[in-house]
Amino acid sequence: MIMADTEMTALYALKEVGFRYGLEWVLKGINLTIERGEILGIIGPNGSGKTSLLKILARQQRPVEGDVRFESTNLRAISFRRLAQRVGMVPQEHPVVFPYTVLEVVLMGRYPYLKGWAFESAEDYRIARSAMERMGVGRFAGRLFSELSGGEKQRVIIARALAQQPQVLLLDEPATFLDLHHQSQIYSLLGELNRNEKMTVVVVSHDLNMASQICRRLLLLKEGRIAGLGTPWEVLTAKAIEEVYRCRTLIDSHPITGKPRLTMVPD
Amino acid sequence: MTMLTIGRWLRILSLLTVIWLITILICLLEGTEPISLSDAVGIFWAHLSSETGGAMDVGKSTILLQVRLPRVLLAGLVGGTLAVVGVTLQALLRNPLADPFVIGISSGSALGVVLSLLVGLNVFYWGLSTLPLFGFLGGLITLFSLYRLSQVHGKIFVQTLLLGGVILNAMLSAVIMFIAYMMDADKVMGIVYWLMGNLGSPDMKALAVVAVYALIGMAVLFGLGRGLNLLALGDETAVTLGLDAERTKRIAFFASALLTGAVVSVSGLISFVGIMIPHVLRMLIGSDHRLLLPASVLGGGIFLMAADMIARTLIAPTEIPVGVITALCGGPFFLYLLWRGKMKISNA
Repeated sequence: MIMADTEMTALYALKEVGFRYGLEWVLKGINLTIERGEILGIIGPNGSGKTSLLKILARQQRPVEGDVRFESTNLRAISFRRLAQRVGMVPQEHPVVFPYTVLEVVLMGRYPYLKGWAFESAEDYRIARSAMERMGVGRFAGRLFSELSGGEKQRVIIARALAQQPQVLLLDEPATFLDLHHQSQIYSLLGELNRNEKMTVVVVSHDLNMASQICRRLLLLKEGRIAGLGTPWEVLTAKAIEEVYRCRTLIDSHPITGKPRLTMVPD
Repeated sequence: MTMLTIGRWLRILSLLTVIWLITILICLLEGTEPISLSDAVGIFWAHLSSETGGAMDVGKSTILLQVRLPRVLLAGLVGGTLAVVGVTLQALLRNPLADPFVIGISSGSALGVVLSLLVGLNVFYWGLSTLPLFGFLGGLITLFSLYRLSQVHGKIFVQTLLLGGVILNAMLSAVIMFIAYMMDADKVMGIVYWLMGNLGSPDMKALAVVAVYALIGMAVLFGLGRGLNLLALGDETAVTLGLDAERTKRIAFFASALLTGAVVSVSGLISFVGIMIPHVLRMLIGSDHRLLLPASVLGGGIFLMAADMIARTLIAPTEIPVGVITALCGGPFFLYLLWRGKMKISNA
């Protein structure tokens, strides 16, 4: 899809969004626009509302107050099916209790495209297979999902999200269970999807250094409110980190990428 | 690699249908009074061509057409219904041990039926008995209470739901026993016998009533195959894969209550069919609900028809309630699942 620059509107627009479980506000007063084609990193300490914000973008949680728009339409007015053709989500946990095979799980990424009673077409199989090859899980196709290791499951779930052929990919701690090799693989994949396929990426991460390297913009959350929003150099300052995370860090420039690099300073 | 294609779907369901038909045939012939195949064919032929009288044995004809045929068909319908509801509840609750009996929907339905009998509310509309309707209401109220009980901030806590179901089941059973105790002595025996899980020999009209309710419920569930696949992965994941999870769950719970109410009203409390059959089928044909739902209707039917035949013939001429047979098969199976689950955890 070719679009003139003037037609570029925000992909997501959040206005005064608030969310709570019971009486406790998890998010409050969130104003945020996410542009097409950007990589946005959501960072912040445990319990700062990162996952809740991602779930609101994925429509898994409904905000208690405020307004969420996707492509200028109220998120709730879009059909689940249509949204699933545009937005893929990689959650943190993958509870699968029944014996589904890996290929079955990945093929579920094609469900938003299936009509009525139809079974998956040869094209659906091709797309699912190529997503699996891309994530290096092609050889697991016939194995049971529940028998894979944490890192393998993670890659299968990313393959499922890719099978949705989304324009936006939302990821919640995608590298948590992965070893160093697979971590770097995921992060270069995100960069590649963003560059070559113009995919918008929103990633929640605990790894501030990784977020700094791959994200164009960072959103720093503290106790459910925005504590910083901007380029990595704007957001990752020693002062902000000390305020939000209550620990001292040294920030210098990464010798290769020139992005900010954090080093913990013991008290 | 066993992926679900239209070819595989047709193959497996045709095979199960053939086994289902053969089971019906065997169950029709076997019994206290065995009927040979040629006699049976003769009786059916005579019946179809409306040749009354003739050389046919009237006794055998009555046994086959008015006693066994409705009973076998009812067993097939009840077994299939219990299994398909089991599959559905297991997907909705993401727990392979869920079943209409275990979580108390069956008891809720039974209470609905008993209450309507108590106040003498069994109206017939266009020849349709309202007993299944009261069973449906009882099951629905139970399911709804359970659902609310285990919902916190819009999320269902499955463990709470299962435990709550077990407790509700016990409470509802106590209420049923209390009502039965207060009833006339001559009515009590009938109710107790029905509660034990009993297929009896319904007349064709009673059978038709259950069939109408059951077929509506099944048709609804068959349409949810893909949705149940997604719900089995969790509500939140289902949403991001394009499913209106809340709506799908509501429809599935509603249909489950309808189906449970219908079968409980006619056959009482038959346990474990809803756990055992889905589990065996998942091992044999996989977890894709587009195939699993119709396959469980056939598989559950085959199992209950066979169990009922055993109940009729084991210590003939005395009949054992079929619920006793299914519980004796299902209880150990349930324990085996728990034991295997424990082994899996301790090995992990």
